[in-house]
Amino acid sequence: MDNSLGASRVSLVVRHIRAQNRIFWRVPIGAFFALFLPVMMLVLFVALFGSDTYTTEYGEVSRAQFYTPALAVFAVASATFTNLAINLSIRRDEGILRRVRGTPLPPWIYLAGVIGSAVYMALLGTVAVVTLGVVAYGVNIELTKLPAMLVALVLGATAFATWGVALAALTRTAAAAPAVANAVILPLAFVSNVFVSFEGEAPAWLLLVGDTFPLRHFVISFGEAMSPFSEAPAFLPERLGVLVAWTVVGALVALRKFRWEPAVGASSARGRRGNSR
Amino acid sequence: MTTAIRVRGLTKSYGDLRAVDGVSFDVVEGEVLAILGPNGAGKTTTVEILEGHRTRDGGDVSVLGTDPGRGGRPFRDRIGIVLQAAGVDRELSTREALELYGAAYSTPRSIDELIELVELTDKADDRIVSLSGGQRRRVDLALGLIGNPELIFLDEPTTGFDPRARRRSWDVISNLTSLGRTIVLTTHYLDEAEYLADRVAVMAKGRIVADGTPAELRRSVQSDTKIAFDLPRLDEPLVELFDPLIGQGRGRGHRVEFLTPAPTADLAHVTSWAMQRGIELDGLTVESADLEDVYLSLVGEDEDSEDSGRADG
Ligand SMILES: Nc1ncnc2c1ncn2[C@@H]1O[C@H](COP(=O)(O)OP(=O)(O)OP(=O)(O)O)[C@@H](O)[C@H]1O
Ligand SMILES: [Mg+2]
Repeated sequence: MDNSLGASRVSLVVRHIRAQNRIFWRVPIGAFFALFLPVMMLVLFVALFGSDTYTTEYGEVSRAQFYTPALAVFAVASATFTNLAINLSIRRDEGILRRVRGTPLPPWIYLAGVIGSAVYMALLGTVAVVTLGVVAYGVNIELTKLPAMLVALVLGATAFATWGVALAALTRTAAAAPAVANAVILPLAFVSNVFVSFEGEAPAWLLLVGDTFPLRHFVISFGEAMSPFSEAPAFLPERLGVLVAWTVVGALVALRKFRWEPAVGASSARGRRGNSR
Repeated sequence: MTTAIRVRGLTKSYGDLRAVDGVSFDVVEGEVLAILGPNGAGKTTTVEILEGHRTRDGGDVSVLGTDPGRGGRPFRDRIGIVLQAAGVDRELSTREALELYGAAYSTPRSIDELIELVELTDKADDRIVSLSGGQRRRVDLALGLIGNPELIFLDEPTTGFDPRARRRSWDVISNLTSLGRTIVLTTHYLDEAEYLADRVAVMAKGRIVADGTPAELRRSVQSDTKIAFDLPRLDEPLVELFDPLIGQGRGRGHRVEFLTPAPTADLAHVTSWAMQRGIELDGLTVESADLEDVYLSLVGEDEDSEDSGRADG
């Protein structure tokens, strides 16, 4: 019976994704962290360590070959996890989510718009970083391993988007969201082969931390699909399995804890933003 | 006449505070009900329960034949809401926001028409974040009307409007009633209630303390007459002036005002008191009570009165 009302659900979701994209471009800070920063880091890292190669168990690899997939994944994490945690809690505290609940728009469609836009930005960030790596630094990418790249990307983006929503659900006020999101993602990046590579030489407990959380599995799965040494199809099922497991847990947390109303005392409906991180 | 809203014994507590304490009323189709009351009276809580935004603790509520706590998409397609405070995606323009939110309704209004109605034509393509407070409130009003609702909830819709915008939005709202729409609005402005409402419910401390047409409410203290005069600074105590009065007095600075059911006797007492002391009562007036007097006598003037934003500011 709901179908008789207004536009179809699919067209509403598309409409909301586009609206959120528009908002994204109009707030430069989000675009900076999700798109520009990873690209800039790739340029910087290659400029700093460019001639360097490092040895894997298979052979010599250029720094760009290491940093390109790592920073592409970091772009995904920024665009999904960090941005969603911040944006959703802001939209909750400002009372946008509660406004939506008073309209016939199913609230999940609004959410789908915000999440869909974040995933779209994650894809853009990935394309930007990978294209730069391939074109400017001759990073390896093979058609036969493209499916593995895509699968890693989709599963990773899903996991981090889910946890972005879950974190928004867990933070009481929007003021806390940027700090909490960064306090999670930045240390994690250091133990997850994003900024530095480490395998054997790192202390065991650091490896354990890295292996517990999804970021390292995401980086390695994506990197494997771009590595000149891996064999097609280059899927890493166990690591992908960890991503799926985190997604399931994140979804449970988000479903149980997500609030549409601002917490009593949260700076409501007025003074926004800075989107400060 | 069909009942659009039926409320019986509605209660809602926040912890120990009984914000809504046994409220009952009906709104028939096409009627405009204004809920008046001081800050914290429970107006927003009541209205938001009717909208389905808040849960209730007890009582029966039926809105358009639906329990708003369970109302789904079809219910929300028929109502329009202007919340007392709600955000909007502020990086969008007014037009973009209306397009976005309008798309979910089965029979949205024309966006250009609506923009003109709330007088935002010049600002329609500016980002909402760049609008002034009153202009943003007009965006709220437009968003509340975008679905062409048959029942409209307006929680202090004109707070922050300049006098002209307020008059203009009154026209918009009366226009809706002439189309047969049902409206529940809360306001602190007595002139707004008087102008727009078919019926006024006065709320205080979670209860409805009076309910009727503006004329009926005025009549309820109609027998009362307002006597007012300026009192010069005096050294002697005023018990001799105030104690024998039949009516209830109140002072504002040097102005004394009181409502009395026995104007002749009270006036005689006041004037003889003044004559004995050779005092001239400047600005002495004797007039029938207005809605504001009714309101103040109902909600108790000493509490909350200074921040309840009366029409005369
Ligand atoms: N979410 C909440 N949690 C706790 N207390 C609340 C909540 N909402 C309202 N209250 C309390 O309930 C009482 C009624 O609040 P309500 O917002 O309904 O008043 P109101 O009549 O709309 O006031 P105003 O004219 O200021 O808008 C107030 O004392 C308020 O502090
Ligand atoms: Mg209120």
